Amino acid sequence: MPYEPVIGLEVHIEMQTRSKMFCACPVVDSVSAAPNTAVCPICAGHPGTLPVVNARAVEFALRVALALGCQINPVSIFARKNYFYPDIPKGYQITQYEQPLAEHGKITLHTSQGEKTIRIRRAHLEEDTGKLTHVATDWESDKRITDSADEAEKQKSGEPANRQTGKSSNEKTGQSGKSYSLVDLNRAGVPLLEIVTEPDFRSAEEVRLYAETLRALVRYLSVNSGDLEKGVMRIEPNISVRPRGSKTLGTKVEIKNLNSFRALERGVTYEIARQSALLGSGRIVLQETVGWDEGRQATYSQRSKEDAHDYRYFPEPDLPPLVIDTAWLERVRAELPELPWQRAQRLERDFGLSAAEVARLVEEKDLGEYFEQVVQAGVSPRLAFAWVTGELTSLMNAAGAGFDFSKVHPKELAALIGLVAAGTINQPTAKTVLAEMFTSGQSAANIVAARGLAQISDETAIARLVAETCAENPAEVDSFHAGKKTVFNFLFGQVMKKAGGKANPQTARALLSQALRQK
Amino acid sequence: MSLATLSLTQASRLLQRGEISSRELTRAALDSIAAQNGRLNAFLFVDEPGALKQADAADESRKRKAAPSPLSGIPLAVKDVLTVAGMPCTCGSKILENYIPPFTATAVKKLQEAGMVVLGKTNTDEFAMGSSTENSAYGVTRNPWDLSRVPGGSSGGSAAAVAARMACAALGSDTGGSVRQPASFCGVTGLKPTYGRVSRYGLVAYGSSLDSVGAFGRSAQDVAAIFSAMQGSDPLDATAQNLPAGEISLEAPDNLQGVRIGVPKEYFIDGIQPAVEKKIREAIALFEQLGAEIIEISLPHTEYALPVYYLIAPAEASANLARFDGVRYGPRAEAETMWDVFTKTRGEKFGDEVQRRIMLGTYALSAGYYDAFYGQAQKVRTLIKRDFEQAFSLVDAIACPVAPTTAFPIGAHGDDPLAMYLEDVFTLPANLAGVPGLAFPVGFDENQLPVGMQLMGPHFAEAALLRLAHAYQQATEWHLAILPPL
Ligand SMILES: [Zn+2]
Repeated sequence: MPYEPVIGLEVHIEMQTRSKMFCACPVVDSVSAAPNTAVCPICAGHPGTLPVVNARAVEFALRVALALGCQINPVSIFARKNYFYPDIPKGYQITQYEQPLAEHGKITLHTSQGEKTIRIRRAHLEEDTGKLTHVATDWESDKRITDSADEAEKQKSGEPANRQTGKSSNEKTGQSGKSYSLVDLNRAGVPLLEIVTEPDFRSAEEVRLYAETLRALVRYLSVNSGDLEKGVMRIEPNISVRPRGSKTLGTKVEIKNLNSFRALERGVTYEIARQSALLGSGRIVLQETVGWDEGRQATYSQRSKEDAHDYRYFPEPDLPPLVIDTAWLERVRAELPELPWQRAQRLERDFGLSAAEVARLVEEKDLGEYFEQVVQAGVSPRLAFAWVTGELTSLMNAAGAGFDFSKVHPKELAALIGLVAAGTINQPTAKTVLAEMFTSGQSAANIVAARGLAQISDETAIARLVAETCAENPAEVDSFHAGKKTVFNFLFGQVMKKAGGKANPQTARALLSQALRQK
Repeated sequence: MSLATLSLTQASRLLQRGEISSRELTRAALDSIAAQNGRLNAFLFVDEPGALKQADAADESRKRKAAPSPLSGIPLAVKDVLTVAGMPCTCGSKILENYIPPFTATAVKKLQEAGMVVLGKTNTDEFAMGSSTENSAYGVTRNPWDLSRVPGGSSGGSAAAVAARMACAALGSDTGGSVRQPASFCGVTGLKPTYGRVSRYGLVAYGSSLDSVGAFGRSAQDVAAIFSAMQGSDPLDATAQNLPAGEISLEAPDNLQGVRIGVPKEYFIDGIQPAVEKKIREAIALFEQLGAEIIEISLPHTEYALPVYYLIAPAEASANLARFDGVRYGPRAEAETMWDVFTKTRGEKFGDEVQRRIMLGTYALSAGYYDAFYGQAQKVRTLIKRDFEQAFSLVDAIACPVAPTTAFPIGAHGDDPLAMYLEDVFTLPANLAGVPGLAFPVGFDENQLPVGMQLMGPHFAEAALLRLAHAYQQATEWHLAILPPL
């Protein structure tokens, strides 16, 4: 029986403001910063402290919510979500429950099957948790060393008995040779936007596209770096399968620990297959939370339905209702930049690029902007696209530092492309020149002049090289005339070799075929 | 005569005239503490060197004519649920034994900036949960009027400290009557301000939507001075009202012509101690003599205040007290697993009453019970608020007893939490409605124990309440009564 998956997504996105959601601590890179260096009494949950909302975080969240076409609630309410775990210093997380910041948005995806609209159920603000590192000091190994805010795991009673908690200087447990846990509160209190979709996805591809689109969006809006690996954006799909055509929903399984788009697509694919196989063999799917094991490329059970927690939500008495007045909302709306899908439409319309090409350009904000600047500098969109997404991107990738605008200025790239168009240098030379521009920062013209790379376009000179080549290779010329046309390429190569690679290839090609015809 | 017997208002005058120094005044307070605290157990911590240093600084600034305020150099006691950087903050609990907070509560900070000298920290029911200061993990505080009796609570240490002349003034917190009831039991004047009028930053939370920081003094004048200096907005407390700070002047009116005082019939119930009712009626009669119009009013939902309070306060407390897990501060029980560390630490270090309220609150918020308990309680709370709104459309203030009885013997409610809860039946409504309440002495019962009257007013009407009490205190001498020799 063919099965159909029904998938909804919860995505947690850090709002990378300067300070945390409810205190003045800086938001730091939780991977590279030394543990517990961005912590104050408020985010460490000292008694007597109170939260105060970071208006900037609200504004960041509004940007995303508006971009997703959400209705913004003029009044939203913070609530306490209660549970015990050492990464949640107050014993509750401040979040929004009954009245979220935003509701009823949508996002349109361009899938291989056509357009697909995903409905956004709600988007709400909350605070991130701290990070726990479980340290195994003896033979008991623990695969999951870092607990990625994964509160599912925390609730389960099946928590490995060897796990202990402790202050960062955990002498006691450390000495006893047992495993223990280290608490890092740098991330505790970092603003988070949680975006929840309706169960509208029907394939792993749609899930990946949605996540990619959302990542592009938050980067365009300058609210998040989009580094999934660093956990600043965390995607949690819930999946059920049902016989195709069925109207009822199957049992839902939630996947955690998906730290890349690849893991996301594979995890979802795996879970669809696992559940379909279970149903296919007449068994049932258990309602549970599973984790993605990157090493085994498989999911494993983290928590069953029985361990589900009662969070005892209630309105946060320390925070008055969050009021978004029209003036504020309109200001944020007015300040929204061009969104990825708006840019895609414009590029497709104005530059005659294909949907796939445009998708490639809008994926990264900087790449698209770079492309446009190259076009503005007078290069045809097609040529600009080829250079920017081809040679330049390869260089950027090889350097491994993401797309860096400053390496080669768009005007310089345009100048280089201009040299090719003018016939001053040929394509292969241009690639060499670009590589040098990339490392040295020199302009194309300077490099070409300094290294004498300007190509020979003088027909007399090239004709002389052609004549020499034919004279030196009579056997090959004969076999060409005997019908072996592929010999042309060999002779052409010889001409270019004589020219030290600098001959204008079109001219050389034309003169060579002319010479051969005359014989 | 010891300088410790000076009231805040008197001490302020003498300091400003240069007739006494803050060092002398502070020394006298410290001596008074040393002489009496063994009996009373009002203070849990005394910072003698720190207090003297602050006193010297106050004297120094006054000499330079740079005293920050008339309060400069006056000794203050702080309830141990408010943080003072560098001083322990136990909240009367073993779970915060030896915890030293790294920051100072805004209310305390404002008073320190006004030049006040912080003497130390006073005893409290554990996490302010109680009405007798018997629930402190560090021993009961005794009532200075009768050592066999409780001082009231939870701010019993602060009330006793002011009554026993150990400090000119003291800070307390009031979630359901914790300033007013001990003020009444100890014969001092105590104010619970409007919710949000004084920053809660640095007040260890019990019931966040009910908590307010209050003050004790010997008179309405004393309290007005402290309150003026500590009220006002705070960027660290989102619920603190953005009102301009300002001194409250208590020009005693010649008469109270035009002032309407409401007497709610629901506050004169069966079970009220006859002497209490008698003294309250007498005080009301005096207000009438002074020119006020007395109007009988009704606050029809009064009887629901107690059950509503005991759902909302514990619910909020159950979350507020979740942070005490032994991980980041405070003592930690040794155990094999993380969960055992949590449960053992909390099971061993929280007292019975705290555990009872955490359980109660957890239950009230649980799935399936939320609507029936917490949700319903919030609806009734709205009705109680409305009662007050309606009343204050008719009257300027409400007069009633602070508590049904005077100070009761230590141990009297030992096995009966419900009897203890009834102590707050007249004070809880003001917290639920967020309105200010002022307690001040209006006489003594047959055992020579003080009886306190409560005046409640509309939101932000503290000044009006203080002026009324001041007028009363100009006409009477109950607030000047001297403790019997012990
Ligand atoms: Zn912080």
